[in-house]
Amino acid sequence: MNVKQQDKLATGILYTIAGIIILVLASLLAFILIQGLPHVTWHFLTAPARSFEAGGGIGIQLFNSFYLLVLAMLISVPLSLGAGIYLSEYAKKNWLTSLIRTSIEILSSLPSVVVGLFGFLIFVIQFKFGFSILSGALVLTVFNLPLLTRNVEESLASISSMQREAGLALGLSRWETVMRIIVPEALPGITTGMILGAGRVFGEAAALIYTAGQSAPALDFTNWNPFYIASPLNPMRPAETLAVHIWKINSEGIMPDAVAVSAGASAVLIVAVLLFNLGARWFGQHLYQKMTGTGKKGA
Amino acid sequence: MKDYDLTKTAIKTFDPEVQEIALSTDDLHVFYGSKEQIKGVSLQFPRYQISSIIGSSGSGKSTYLRSLNRMNDEIQIARVTGKIMYRGLDINQPKIDVFEMRKHIGMVFQRPNPFAKSIYDNITFAPIRHGVKDKKVLDQLVETTLQQAGLWKEVKDTLHKSALALSGGQQQRLCIARAIAMKPDILLLDEPASALDPISTSVVEDTLAQLKAHYTIIIVTHNMQQAARISDYTAFFHQGVALEYAETKRIFTKPAIQATDDYVSGHFG
Repeated sequence: MNVKQQDKLATGILYTIAGIIILVLASLLAFILIQGLPHVTWHFLTAPARSFEAGGGIGIQLFNSFYLLVLAMLISVPLSLGAGIYLSEYAKKNWLTSLIRTSIEILSSLPSVVVGLFGFLIFVIQFKFGFSILSGALVLTVFNLPLLTRNVEESLASISSMQREAGLALGLSRWETVMRIIVPEALPGITTGMILGAGRVFGEAAALIYTAGQSAPALDFTNWNPFYIASPLNPMRPAETLAVHIWKINSEGIMPDAVAVSAGASAVLIVAVLLFNLGARWFGQHLYQKMTGTGKKGA
Repeated sequence: MKDYDLTKTAIKTFDPEVQEIALSTDDLHVFYGSKEQIKGVSLQFPRYQISSIIGSSGSGKSTYLRSLNRMNDEIQIARVTGKIMYRGLDINQPKIDVFEMRKHIGMVFQRPNPFAKSIYDNITFAPIRHGVKDKKVLDQLVETTLQQAGLWKEVKDTLHKSALALSGGQQQRLCIARAIAMKPDILLLDEPASALDPISTSVVEDTLAQLKAHYTIIIVTHNMQQAARISDYTAFFHQGVALEYAETKRIFTKPAIQATDDYVSGHFG
């Protein structure tokens, strides 16, 4: 076999491997969508779930998922920005910062069910938050923070040090240089990471089972006072999310159309995560083009 | 490499009564960790003149230049001792406000490093941060500095386009315009033309010659012809020591030190 044939063979093998992976993923995706999408109607998306009879929807779970996501991101985005900026721009190289980095890495590899049980002990029991959106949002923060922090740090680190020198040499303080030059330039990367993180949080179930709870009490969508017990905005109410709902239906669902509800909910979940990913890509590219003046939309 | 006697130096000094000194260093040492990169350099840079610093790679010329506006502060392991005198003040002291000082001592780097902003914003960014608000003043500043940097004609219709779309030579001239928009006293240039093609280089050199009327310029360069072409005074660095400092013509025709002679005539190392 000569070199040319070897090359052809190797290329062929690589294509086959890639093809198998794509085939598996695509058929999984197609299976979920084909099974689920026919059940997705406006009624399904808005109606409350039913426990014993057919015809229930996922309205409350869907709302809970988004509300929990917003709260979790509200807590974790500023924290991860602060931590990432500190680690990338201010932290000196010493044992303490390398300890912080190692801790973040360990934290990011914790299984989510362990994070969930930790949240159950700390937020639900110790802090007496109960099964609530707040507990869920906090545990999602613990779950998401390491990855977001790493993302912020890496996005900032990818900006050339010459940009920092340029800012400092103009008499700008380090804070001004970081906030006005480095962070804006790293924004496409940071935003993409945040949106992908949001997608991951949206699909998370294990960490929420013991913290946000597995029940979705009826909500009164006419009263948005966060202190009212049935208010959608009340952070102290238990809130089953879409992902938890899917898990629950499949483990103990007794409604006659459990399979259909589960399939429909899975399709909605996957479409939502897909939208997050596509959105992240589009948004990141758009920001990058806008800032660098490359591409057809160049400013 | 030949061993040269690092203790035998020929450094020109100026009488401040006759020639105003913009910046000077007195026994400046720079350490990276435990390694001494600059071993006690004392030089005076006359005002409204171009002084160039030449020497081989690793001679410490860039390290020396970067310590003049305390950019070495940014390197965690770097330590700078000795005096840097500017307007009768030793600026190499912890209590000096380095951010204020750097407004007076600007710097242009080896590789063009414009911000990922428009050409206009690149120039006005720092002045706005330092409190210039008037749109008319800013517009004027952009035009003046771009003209001084020899870039105005090429970009006057595309001021609001991204600076990253410019060529390397244009970007470097933009960086010069950006630096002089702060109206510094002194401009430090660290091999500003090393990443540019000959045409861009000659434009940048013309620019520097124009700027000399208003600025004191200290330039590090690899390119000896460049030093000979544009500078009034030249310092030759070797292994962290300034071996010779004199009028440029003298350095290139009748150097006092053997090492300088070997370097400028190409028999070095």
